[in-house]
Amino acid sequence: MPLDIRLPIGMLFTLVGLLMTGYGAFSDPAIYQRSLGYNVNLVWGLVLLVFGAGMLVLGRRAPKV
Amino acid sequence: MTTIHLAFIDYAILLVYFASVLGIGFALRRYQRSSADFFLSGRSIPAWVAGLAFLSANLGAQEVIGMAASGAKYGIATSHFYWIGAIPAMVFVGVFMMPFYYGSRARSVPEYLRLRFDEKTRGFNAITFAAMTVFSSGISMYAMGLLLGVLLGWDFNVSVLVSAIIVLLYIFAGGLTSAIYNEVLQFFLIVAGFVPLVFLGLRDVGGWAGLSERLAVTATRAGFAPGAYTHSWQHMGSPDANPMGVEWFGLAMGLGFVLSFGYWTTDFLVVQRAMASNSMSAARRTPLIAAFPKMLFPVLVILPGMIAIALTTQAGESGFSLPAKADGSLNYDMTIPMMLGHYFPSGILGLGLTALMASFMSGMAGNVTAFNTVWTYDIYQAYIKPGASDRHYLWMGRMATVFGIALSVATAYATTQFNNIMDMLQLVFAFVNAPLFATFLLGMFWRRTTGHGAFTGLVAGTLAAALHHGLTLPRGSLAGIKGGWLAGPLTTYPSEMAQNFWTAIWAWSVCFLVTIVVSLFTRPRPAEELRGLVYSLTERPSDEGAPWYRRPVPLAVLVLGMTLVLNVIFF
Repeated sequence: MPLDIRLPIGMLFTLVGLLMTGYGAFSDPAIYQRSLGYNVNLVWGLVLLVFGAGMLVLGRRAPKV
Repeated sequence: MTTIHLAFIDYAILLVYFASVLGIGFALRRYQRSSADFFLSGRSIPAWVAGLAFLSANLGAQEVIGMAASGAKYGIATSHFYWIGAIPAMVFVGVFMMPFYYGSRARSVPEYLRLRFDEKTRGFNAITFAAMTVFSSGISMYAMGLLLGVLLGWDFNVSVLVSAIIVLLYIFAGGLTSAIYNEVLQFFLIVAGFVPLVFLGLRDVGGWAGLSERLAVTATRAGFAPGAYTHSWQHMGSPDANPMGVEWFGLAMGLGFVLSFGYWTTDFLVVQRAMASNSMSAARRTPLIAAFPKMLFPVLVILPGMIAIALTTQAGESGFSLPAKADGSLNYDMTIPMMLGHYFPSGILGLGLTALMASFMSGMAGNVTAFNTVWTYDIYQAYIKPGASDRHYLWMGRMATVFGIALSVATAYATTQFNNIMDMLQLVFAFVNAPLFATFLLGMFWRRTTGHGAFTGLVAGTLAAALHHGLTLPRGSLAGIKGGWLAGPLTTYPSEMAQNFWTAIWAWSVCFLVTIVVSLFTRPRPAEELRGLVYSLTERPSDEGAPWYRRPVPLAVLVLGMTLVLNVIFF
């Protein structure tokens, strides 16, 4: 495998996670009425951030072929 | 219906995705040195990556949107398309068929047919397959353009052209590897986008208990037993007792055997992912690894449909309900888009839409990579220009990517003009595909099968499918595209789905019998030519010494056991 696929996956999800978490922290709480009161951006953004970071770590630690 | 307004943050998420996709393509560009790199990823893909790509190649947006629509229409019985309509066939292709596909070093499914049978069988398969992939990629583009127009108010031309150019760039640069990487990316995006959707929907409907309660009302109103939407087998005794309008035998034989095996074991779109893996063991595990997420996917794609119809029958706290079409019937196809728009605020809405667009684009890319391979190896190299240098074929693959996408775009525009022609073509391809599994089954497990037998069987099976369709009708339909175009219907099926299942059963049986009879009257190939192509003449790949989770057979047993448990739970 020329490029470890976990690196682009990790990058994408880290970036999306950061965007969502940031937006969730500063957005108007009124918009979360439609998501039944949950701040889905903050919570899910953090989950994606952790997943993305995990993928980056795994991808970087893998032995180079 | 009002369009959804996207905020800056949603566009930002979409842009991150586009940038990643193009970035992957360009990062892989310098690794495309030979045609095998471009068309087969240099047979270097690890099992888990190939497995997720195998699953995602099938998980186009139409599948996602269509399965949610079916979930709303038929309830949990839709999961038959996963639990008996996919898993057993995926196990079979991994355990029994991969040794020939991967072991024969064939570069495509049509090429396997040439090795095993002869040139005409390959030609028939290559040409119909190539036409079909371009066509379905165009349909997918059309569906995306239409959806984004309705949902976001985007211009059809812009949606189609932008997605076509992005797909073109990343396949042109990175070949199959690019397509596979993006399919894996899409898998994670779909999961990331749909898990919160299902969570919010379930909260709104009051959990599984609230859902069952509401669906009991839906079922009673439609004239079925209260459990008709929440039990997958209980009401399959008679076609009139379930919303699908099928009975268990037609379901098990038509869907579970003929259609499902025909698709998962012979469709190059999915098989190509396993052929690109880095070893025989990885190739065999590819469909098995794919089977684990596949069996759980009903939660992500069918459950939203069930939630949507339950909330439409009896409103929940948030007031969600499915929109109606102009004629007053419910617009099931809008289930997923409407739910995304209803439950997701800006931010996560961008993620949901990105997941949807990713599955449209990777569906297109999957078709394009299967097309350029079959075109280059099985049509161009076989009939137009044999014996050229590998460099030339690599160049041809890139050119095929360009005109494959151009043809898809043309198909997308043609669909906007002539919807009927597209329905008709789709029907013809269904006829061609239905008997295919009989040919492969006999070819791989009965060494006496001959090329003449296989070819005659395929043609006879295709004709049988057309004939059956022309002589039968689903209840309540007029003769024409739905059937009965040959003569007054001999049989009327309770539903279109039942008719499809039985068309497939007839096509398969005719192909099976004709292939056997013709084979018995024609000269078989000598055994030594069939080594590695037929089960009885191929050494079983040994996986002694590997831990159980790296061996196909224990994995297969686990997959089947888990699927059985799921069927029992939702019986």
